[in-house]
Amino acid sequence: MALLSLWRLKSYLRPFTSVIVLSWIAAVVGIAAGLAIPLIGKEIIDGPIAAGDLAALTPLGLLALALGVVEAVMICLRRWLQGIAVFGVETALRDDIYAHLQRLPMSFHDEWQSGQLLSRATTDLGTIRRFFGFGALFLVMNVIQLVVVTILLLRLYWPLGLLVALAAVPIIVVSARFEKRYRVISRALQDRQGDLATHVEESALGIRTIKAFGRGGHVFSRYDGLAVVVRDTALEKVRLSSRFFTFLEIVPSVTLALVLLLGATAVGQGALTLGALVAFTTFVLQLVWPVSSLGFILAMGQEAITAADRVLEVLDTEPSIVGGTLVLDRPRGHLRFEGAGFRFPGADRPVLQDLWLEVRPGETVAVVGATGSGKTTLTSLVPRLLDVTSGRVSIDGHDVRDLTLPSLRSTVATAFEEATLFSMSVRENVTLGHRDATDADVREALEIAQATFAYDLPWGLDTRIGEQGMSLSGGQRQRLALARAVLGRPRVLVLDDTLSALDVETEALVEDALRGVLADATGIVVAHRASTVLLADRVALLDGGTITHVGTHRELLAGVPGYRALLAAEEVLS
Amino acid sequence: MTDWRGVAAENRDDLDDEANVLLRARSRRLLGDLLRPHRRAIGLLVALIVVSNAAGLSIPYLVKIGIDTGVPAGTRTLSMIVAAILGAAVTQALTRQAFLRFSGQIGQETLLELRRRLFEHFQRLSPAFHEKYTSGRVISRLTSDVEAIAELLEGGFDGLITAVLTLFGTAAMLLILDVHLGLVALAPFPALFLMTRWFRRASLTTYRRSREAVAAVIVHFVESMTGIRAAQTFRREPRNQEIFEELDERYRAANLAGMRLIAVFQPGVKLLGNLTVAAVLLYGGWLAVQGEVTVGVLAAFLLYLRQFYEPMQEISNFYNTLQSAGAALEKLSGVLEERPGVAEPLVPVALPAARGEVRFQDVRFHYHPDVPVLHRLDLVIPAGQIVAVVGATGAGKTTLAKLIARFYDPVTGRITLDGVDLRDLGEASLRRAVVMVTQENYLFGGSVADNIRFGRPSATTAEVEAAAAAVGVRGFVASLDGEAGKRGARMSAGQRQLVAFARVFLADPAVLILDEATSSLDVPSERLVQRALRTVLTGRTALIIAHRLSTVEIADRVLVIDDGRVVEDGPPGELIAASGRYAGLHQAWLESLT
Repeated sequence: MALLSLWRLKSYLRPFTSVIVLSWIAAVVGIAAGLAIPLIGKEIIDGPIAAGDLAALTPLGLLALALGVVEAVMICLRRWLQGIAVFGVETALRDDIYAHLQRLPMSFHDEWQSGQLLSRATTDLGTIRRFFGFGALFLVMNVIQLVVVTILLLRLYWPLGLLVALAAVPIIVVSARFEKRYRVISRALQDRQGDLATHVEESALGIRTIKAFGRGGHVFSRYDGLAVVVRDTALEKVRLSSRFFTFLEIVPSVTLALVLLLGATAVGQGALTLGALVAFTTFVLQLVWPVSSLGFILAMGQEAITAADRVLEVLDTEPSIVGGTLVLDRPRGHLRFEGAGFRFPGADRPVLQDLWLEVRPGETVAVVGATGSGKTTLTSLVPRLLDVTSGRVSIDGHDVRDLTLPSLRSTVATAFEEATLFSMSVRENVTLGHRDATDADVREALEIAQATFAYDLPWGLDTRIGEQGMSLSGGQRQRLALARAVLGRPRVLVLDDTLSALDVETEALVEDALRGVLADATGIVVAHRASTVLLADRVALLDGGTITHVGTHRELLAGVPGYRALLAAEEVLS
Repeated sequence: MTDWRGVAAENRDDLDDEANVLLRARSRRLLGDLLRPHRRAIGLLVALIVVSNAAGLSIPYLVKIGIDTGVPAGTRTLSMIVAAILGAAVTQALTRQAFLRFSGQIGQETLLELRRRLFEHFQRLSPAFHEKYTSGRVISRLTSDVEAIAELLEGGFDGLITAVLTLFGTAAMLLILDVHLGLVALAPFPALFLMTRWFRRASLTTYRRSREAVAAVIVHFVESMTGIRAAQTFRREPRNQEIFEELDERYRAANLAGMRLIAVFQPGVKLLGNLTVAAVLLYGGWLAVQGEVTVGVLAAFLLYLRQFYEPMQEISNFYNTLQSAGAALEKLSGVLEERPGVAEPLVPVALPAARGEVRFQDVRFHYHPDVPVLHRLDLVIPAGQIVAVVGATGAGKTTLAKLIARFYDPVTGRITLDGVDLRDLGEASLRRAVVMVTQENYLFGGSVADNIRFGRPSATTAEVEAAAAAVGVRGFVASLDGEAGKRGARMSAGQRQLVAFARVFLADPAVLILDEATSSLDVPSERLVQRALRTVLTGRTALIIAHRLSTVEIADRVLVIDDGRVVEDGPPGELIAASGRYAGLHQAWLESLT
């Protein structure tokens, strides 16, 4: 049932079986040694001290010493071994989650924000790790300790033993209840802090807008309202836990007083030795933690189960786009859309339907359509970022779904409008998957994309760019994204409105260079401007999810009013 | 690692942690400043915690009396002693609860005050500061740094005080109970001190290491997921996996190193405690046999030692909290000492209804003294004139705009609005009169209507509706109450621009500065935006940084800027005829249309 999800992760524990077994042995030995020490105290008081026998004192004292050393060494050993196991498991799981996420298709990533995925790979794994490394062990150890001590105490003097055992009951009950309420309020606090953080994020990102309208006061009053709610919730949490911790201190103290009362009376009546009474008082304090932590550990187990569910939710998602078996040795790049259609799952209308288009090797076709007409979906079908839901897309006569993903994706390269840069060196950003690209290859690509500015960055191609590095202008980013696509001269080149952020002069230079590349590749160019369309030999007009017209720019401009509306400048029309 | 990460300038605010921990003067000042209003309450807290600890410390002593005198004396004495123990226990519990509540309250009030100050301060700092500081760091100051301090207040604070008081209280009680045995029990204290110091230093290093390691893992993870399209398209996955596993391995090693420190420190403290217990049993037992101490003293020693060593082990949990709170406080106090680059006037001039005449008088400006951006600019923009500014990247167009919006102040010379120096205008009057719309068209969470209303929060629903209708927002949203989407992600660039225009329309400033978006829209959207632009510009002074020449066409006047100087100035028609730089640009644009 619920535990099933944790159980399913057990294979990750397997490489550490011997380490885990050893650490549990160390835990048992350590706890046993810790429990024995008060008993030695009892023996010393009842034996040598009561009898005035100095000779018997030394061995008992040395035994206590030895047990003290054993306990400490065992704790050290346990923690050391556990560290190896739990961090090993966590790292292996995280590596696997990452690998799995990389295999999942765009449709998955469109639905999941990276923050949600991150919390699974960090927070949730941390929760699972803490449970395996700490919770599970202490759940068992504390119960053992509780049972062993209770039996010991009952055997020493059953009325006191019973008293101590009964004192544990309210602690367990209250701890469990506290834990539940504490979790609710912690969650509430987290949520409210999250709301506050969202507001902070917005006001930081929109600072220029806020400044431009002089809305600092307006934004502050909203922030203040949220911050006050956070304070109130935090105070509620403080009140709850202060009550609980008070309770946690008062029960052992009262027990201690009662033990003393009954115990001293019993000693007076000769029913209990003085040493046993001293041992009782020590045990009462020794039991506080194992007892009070039970509720907390159980809650931890609950959280670990939830966390495991969340992790498995991701790991159980099957990649819906997997490669075929065919490898194209010498692709020519003959691209055909054969009645291709695409519909998002659950959508009532397809984005693309019955789409036919043929692009021959060396030919370039521009795709023109209104915003939202499905141009990007069309380009995504070629490298299988999305899969057709009807019809097929083929390269050199092979359905793209029959090709291995590396073979397909080394044949097709795409430059997107939104240039994603990673926080890495320029070289790494341009080469990406082309690990064998030479400096000359990189230079050629940068030259074609008019991106040689990269050589003038402070550390040249080694300069870190992206979020954590140098910031680049929109145009510079687009040119690097283009360089990425033309690197290695792909057979099929898809340009998805790649030149939109370039100024007129740079655009002209890039287009000149691109003509050379497109001359011997198969090209698809998504275009908004007439100048980009002119890169292509033919133009396809995308309307209503299908291609309605194919022809040259001039033909369409002259004969298709819909095309004119999309591409002619407003002055011409209005 | 640098081979793939590349080289970057050092992160400016990663100060040396060692320095941070010793709360520097700046942090101390901030802390003192925040706590000052709570002086009395803090005095009360100190009293509470002292009483609580004294009561706690008395219990083992009472146990000793109980064993030594209660056992032989019989039930009455014993009952009194037990009653005393109960009394002490209740006192301890109640004072401690009061302490936790009061300290929690003070902590939360302080935190709220800190949050308020920070937020207000960030709002006051000039755009110039924000450009340098970046939003990411503003966010982490206001979230994770404040939370680091919150965490300290929540857990560690109380632990530290209790540990210190227990340390001295226990030492005193042990010596009072029996000097000789007490000295034996206290003998390991120096070792404990050395061990704690070692741990503190060592954990500083591992803590920093693991923090850096996890940051690297997170950055790589998030970037790979947000950039998954590029990664899959360009078959980056194997290399990404390699990098991730390498980073993850470093994270593992750092965590393990931290864990190992604790694996040594905690049992180390335990060992000291156990050795002391054994020594007390041996020496105390010997003393007891000699009749020099009682069994009760021995029992009290055992209880005290347990009470003492348990919290000491917990100290390890608390160091990291203290360290990160110290580092956070250091960063926050640094930020709070930043002064806004453009200062509010001491005696603001009110300007209830601006006409919108903007005048630059001998204005010079630079961001860096070696690189002048504007050289002695003199310019008059009459009220109601629409001015388009064109020129190459870096010519100084945006600077010109930012000066009018008073994001910066001129280095020399002055800029006036209706004859009033901008530096003399109060923030409220200035922002009422001058609004700048930047390229980013930032949309906040909430509905489209909320976003439009941002232009004038007091506007009625009808006014918002009217503004939306005027610029054509109604054309693409079914309802203004619909969610604008996270940062407007669900809207196209053109649509976001229209919402931003509606916002300005509602704000109705006398002077509008518009930094046109560089990236091109498709032609139909472009047409909508141009139409809306005409509506928005009507009846105000406008300065448009134009990237599209179609926008320039609707201007009354064109300024061509080159290297910080106005090189051409006149109506667009005249400039086209004059065959200067603008004429050339215009020609190129016409060609691009065919």
